[in-house]
Amino acid sequence: MSNARIIWRKTVNYVMLTLTGVAAFGVVSVLFLILGYLIWNGGTSLNLNFFTQLPKPVGETGGGMANAIVGSLKLLFLAAMMGLPFGLLAGVYLAEFGGKTFSFVVRYTTDLLNGVPSIVIGIFAYSLVVLPVKHFSTLAGGVALAIMVIPITVRSTEEFLRAVPGSMREAAMALGASQWKTIVTVVLPAASGGILTGMLLALARVAGETAPLLFTAFSNRYWSQGWGQPIASLPVMIYTYAIAPYDDWHRQAWAAGLVLLGLVLVSNLGARFILARTKAI
Amino acid sequence: MSATATTIAHEVPPNTGLRAFVRKLRSGDEIAHLIALVFAAGILLITSLLVYELWRTSYLSRTKFGWMFFWTRTWDPVFDNFGAAPFIYGTLVTSAVALVIAVPLGLASAIFLSELAPRKVSDIISFLIDLLAAVPSVIYGLLGIFVVVPLMRTTLGPAIKSVLGFTPLFSGPNYGVGFLTAGIVLAIMVVPFIISVSREVLLTVPREQREAALALGATRWESTWQVVVPWARTGIMGSIFLALARALGETMAVTMVIGNDPKITASLFAPGYTIASVIANEFTEATGDLYLSALIELGLVLFLMTFILNGLARILIVATERGGGRPA
Repeated sequence: MSNARIIWRKTVNYVMLTLTGVAAFGVVSVLFLILGYLIWNGGTSLNLNFFTQLPKPVGETGGGMANAIVGSLKLLFLAAMMGLPFGLLAGVYLAEFGGKTFSFVVRYTTDLLNGVPSIVIGIFAYSLVVLPVKHFSTLAGGVALAIMVIPITVRSTEEFLRAVPGSMREAAMALGASQWKTIVTVVLPAASGGILTGMLLALARVAGETAPLLFTAFSNRYWSQGWGQPIASLPVMIYTYAIAPYDDWHRQAWAAGLVLLGLVLVSNLGARFILARTKAI
Repeated sequence: MSATATTIAHEVPPNTGLRAFVRKLRSGDEIAHLIALVFAAGILLITSLLVYELWRTSYLSRTKFGWMFFWTRTWDPVFDNFGAAPFIYGTLVTSAVALVIAVPLGLASAIFLSELAPRKVSDIISFLIDLLAAVPSVIYGLLGIFVVVPLMRTTLGPAIKSVLGFTPLFSGPNYGVGFLTAGIVLAIMVVPFIISVSREVLLTVPREQREAALALGATRWESTWQVVVPWARTGIMGSIFLALARALGETMAVTMVIGNDPKITASLFAPGYTIASVIANEFTEATGDLYLSALIELGLVLFLMTFILNGLARILIVATERGGGRPA
C-alpha cells in the first residue's frame, strides 16, 4: 500500500472522528442555548406579580399567570390520580402475572399508545369527555393528560419490577406469603425508588404538553371553579401569549417559559437523583 | 396428640378443584391477579376505543369525500369543501427536512458517544441529551418564533439563498416562517431520540467485531463505519423511524413557525401547514359538523401514519438487539 494512501486514510480517520465529537457537543450546546435564552429573556420579566395576579385585560400591561399555575397543578393532579394507579397496576400485571402472548400484545400496544401524537390524544379526549357534555372542562384536560401518563408509567414500572431479583420473591413465598402479599410487601418496596422516578418523569413529560389541552381544558383568563369549567394552564398560556401581537404578552410568555422549563428540568433532575440513590443501596 | 394431628390432616383440603380456587381467592391471589389483569386489558381497551372514536367521529367527512380527501387541494370552510393534500404535503416535507438535518447529526453524535468518548463523558452527555428531549415542545416553539424565525429572515435564509438559490427548493421570497424553519426546529426536537436509541444499539455491538476490524489494519473510523454501523443498521433505522413518527405528530413548535398557509409550494422558504397544526388552530373554531369531521379525519390519517411507523420501529430495534447476541 502506498504511503499517500495511508496518509489519506489517517486524515479521513481524524477528520471524521473530530466531526462526530463536534456533532455531539453541538447538540448538547443547544440545551445550554435554550436555557440561556430563557433565563436571559424570562428572568428579566419574572416578578412577584407573575405568581400572584390574574392576567390583565388586553391592552393593559402587567398582571400575572397565577390562574395558569394553579390550573397546571390541577390538571397534573387529575392526570396523576387517574393515570398513575392505572399504569402501576398494568405494570405489575406485566411483570408479575403476565402470560406470554397476552403480555406481548399489551406491551406492544402500550408502546404504540405512547407514540400516538399528543394532538390525537386531544381529539380522543374531546370526543370522549367534551362532546357528550358540550363544553370544555378541567376534567377533559385531566383525562387527556392521564392517557399520556399511562403508557410511560406502565413501561417504567414493569422495567423496575423486573430488576428485583427472583430470589427475593422466592424467599417471601418460602416464608408462606401469598403472591400478592409478596408483591405488596417485598417486590414493590424494593422497586419503589425506580417506580417513583418513572412516575415523576411521566408527570414532568405531560406538564409541558400543550396540544392535548387546546380543545379539552381550553383556557381561561379567570379562576376556574371546581372541575367542570375550562381552565388555563402554563403551556397553553405560553402558546397564546407568544403568537399574540403584544410586546407585554411576549415578555410574559418568556417568563412562563422559564417557569415551565424550570419545573420540568428540576423534576427530571430530581428523578435521576432518586434513581441514583436507589441504585447505590 | 395423635388425634389432633389427624384432625389437622383432615382440615387441609385437597389442592385441586373449586376448593383450591376458593382458598386462593381467600388469600387474595386471584383477586389481585384479576385486578391487575383488568388494568392491563384496559390499555388495549383505551387504544381500541381511541381508534373507534376517531373512526366514528370522522364519519361525515369519510362518506362525503371518500378517497378524494387525500388528493383535494382546497380547504374551504365557507363552502364546506375539504381536502387534505396541502396538510399531508406539509407534514411530509417538514419531517423530511428534519430528518435530512437530524440523521447525520444524530448518528455522528451517537458514534461519538458509543465509540470514542470515555464512559463517564458519554454518560454525562447522554444525560444532557435526555434533558434536551424533556424540553416541552411549546418552549421550542417560543424559541422558534423569537430566535429561529428572525435568524432565518435576516441571516440564515439569505445565506442559503446565495449558495443554493438557483434550485427551485430555495427560490422565492423568504418570510422567515415556512417549511425550512419548521424543519430546522423539528430536527433539534427529534435529534435526542435518534442519539439515545442509536447509542444503545451501537453499544450492543460485540467488542470482537471492532477488535477484528482493527486487527486487520482498519483505522478507528473504518472499523466504526464499515463494521460497527452496518452491524447496528437495523436498530439505527428503527431510531430514525421513531424520530420520523415524532416529527410527523409534533404540533406546537411547528404550528408556531410554519406560517399556517394551506398551499403546496416547491420552495422550502414558503409558508405551509401541517396536519397537526391545522387541527391545533382550527379545531375550536370548527363551526359545522362536516368541518369538525374533516379535522378529525386528518387526525385519523396522522394517527395511522405514526402508528405504522412506530410499529415498524419497535420491530427493527428489538430485532437488532436480539441479533446482537444479547440474551432476550
